[in-house]
Amino acid sequence: MIRALLSDDPPKSRLLAALLVLILAGLAAAPFVFPGAAALNTAAKICIFIVLVASYDILLGYTGIVSFAHTMFFGIGGYGVGLSLYFLGPGWPVVALGIVVALVIGVVLALAVGLVSLRVKAIFFAMITLAVASAFMILTTQLSEFTGGEDGRTFRVPELLRPTTRLFEEPFLGTAITGRVLAYYLVFLSAVALFLLALRLVNSCFGRVLQAIRENEMRAEALGYRVVYFRTMASCLSAALAVMAGAMSALWLRYTGPETTLSFAIMLDVLLMVVIGGTGTLYGAVIGATLFILAQNYLQKLMAMAAAATEGIPLLPRLLHPDRWLLLLGVLFVLSIYFFPTGIAGKLAGRGRGPAA
Amino acid sequence: MTDQAATRTGAADAIPQARLDLIPLALPVALAGLAFLLIGTPTTWLTLTLAALAMGMMIFVIASGLTLVFGLMDVINFGHGAFIAVGAYLAMTVLGPLAPLVQADSLMLNLAALALAALVATFGAGALGLAFERVVIRPVYGQHLKQILITMGGLIIAEQLLHAIFGGDQKAMALPTAFRGAIVVGDLAFEKFRLLAVAIGLVVFLAMQLTLNRTRIGLLIRAGVENSEMVEALGYRIRRLFVGVFAAGSALAGLGGVLWALYRETFTAAIGSEVMVLVFIVIIIGGLGSVGGCFLGAILVAMMANYTAFLAPKVALASSILLMVAILMWRPQGLYPVAKR
Repeated sequence: MIRALLSDDPPKSRLLAALLVLILAGLAAAPFVFPGAAALNTAAKICIFIVLVASYDILLGYTGIVSFAHTMFFGIGGYGVGLSLYFLGPGWPVVALGIVVALVIGVVLALAVGLVSLRVKAIFFAMITLAVASAFMILTTQLSEFTGGEDGRTFRVPELLRPTTRLFEEPFLGTAITGRVLAYYLVFLSAVALFLLALRLVNSCFGRVLQAIRENEMRAEALGYRVVYFRTMASCLSAALAVMAGAMSALWLRYTGPETTLSFAIMLDVLLMVVIGGTGTLYGAVIGATLFILAQNYLQKLMAMAAAATEGIPLLPRLLHPDRWLLLLGVLFVLSIYFFPTGIAGKLAGRGRGPAA
Repeated sequence: MTDQAATRTGAADAIPQARLDLIPLALPVALAGLAFLLIGTPTTWLTLTLAALAMGMMIFVIASGLTLVFGLMDVINFGHGAFIAVGAYLAMTVLGPLAPLVQADSLMLNLAALALAALVATFGAGALGLAFERVVIRPVYGQHLKQILITMGGLIIAEQLLHAIFGGDQKAMALPTAFRGAIVVGDLAFEKFRLLAVAIGLVVFLAMQLTLNRTRIGLLIRAGVENSEMVEALGYRIRRLFVGVFAAGSALAGLGGVLWALYRETFTAAIGSEVMVLVFIVIIIGGLGSVGGCFLGAILVAMMANYTAFLAPKVALASSILLMVAILMWRPQGLYPVAKR
């Protein structure tokens, strides 16, 4: 049963499995175990980024292409749901409409970018996606009458998900079951479902072909698989998953703006998560996203303490300033590409070979 | 070369000479002409064209090294933006104590201060380029995916370090007195700094063309871009050549960073990654590895950006993407494709 759910690709080692179960249990029980809005927000963010990072891993880890436009699709999902709720008012059909429209736009855009640039080298695709993504971001901030510009749009979600909604009069296990908790479980269950879907995808025949292309493009082509077709398909599917992650994010935040969905900083975050967690295995996405977001939220406090402790030493406090947390993660990123090409998940699974080449 | 048929017909001569491909050269002229019709007023058009030339030259100075490095060793440096930022910060550090010179009402003193700042920025970025090549890029030769990721990581670290050293706030960079304002000729206004930028860009382009076409090292670089294995087989150390080109490219990025920071007047460490989008579009349009294509691409992109900023400001950046798509549909390898690829 569990094997079937995991598409016959269970975690490769006990330690990894234990860690994953711990994360799953933690996320499942988050509203009851970790009280407070901030903790719940962190948990929801982890769920959303697990989907986003897993979808990015389909491109980077499984197909071996680097895209810098992944946040564009994340943003399309966010804006799709956000703008339809903003203009058409709250309601479930509106949410569905927003998701469908965003999916169509996202996949068509991925197809167009893929057809223009995936015929040639990985480098070409990386540069073109970078350019397209920044143009999309500028366009979004410029069309401010429609998208709200830099400020983004705040909108009302369906009644059931609002913080003021109370499902039961009595608190359950010490936590009041508000619409917020329901929204969290919507995000959590969608994340689980989408993650299992992604797992199914990479373990299908299609996923095997992608891996073959990653390992040896010429050979895959010689065996009769049309590399351009498979790469473009992978890029479209990964875009669709990113759109879904964006929709989840919009429903959770009740807000969509360029900073939270489109910015290049988020693209870098995703890149760091996928590499630190481990490319070429979707479980790496879970570990990477969890670790990174926990670090983002709690490392800064730690660094503030460290900076205070090292006061008086030249430069060191500045390097440990809480705003410089990305520096530490950047160093970790470069080191992990050199020394653990398979990331944490790969190390735990004890596989020697790295997928990145 | 650019046109294989031309090479073949020329085979009768002692050395087959590739014909200069003139069609791409007509593109900026055509674009300028079209813009002239759309804009209508000649003075506005001239101002915009000068602005575009200045911007194009700055982008060219930044991009030229990147495209050569790719041509030589198949290495693309996503961290190139770091050198732009380093150049800007170094120039700021030099210009700070030189404030009396910068504010003096004398062209010579202003130029001296600026030249010193540019020199320090250029050599600083070049030295950093040497280190970057050694530490970051050398372990991942020939592995594109890792190269992209590693150089991106290098960019993050460099930006954060700059913020840690100089503080994370926005920095201001004042133009020297002699380069503020504009020279007015009748109805026409030429901003002085833009004229300076055009001059510097042209000097860099000419120096580069002379080096590439008239010196032994240039010959080796061009040969390496065409076929690096053959150059190696003939006994030249292509690695050493590559390191030199990489350092020179980083140095030029540093110089470009100074110009760009002065042009923008304020900057943060993100200045590099902001320009890099345009730089990538430029080298793709020009054809990866081609210096001439890069020059032309930079002018085209800058023209497109400046004209659309005036005609339809909301789509200014998207216009460069449209330009890139249009050119790639016409010539999928860029304006001047390099034979190897």
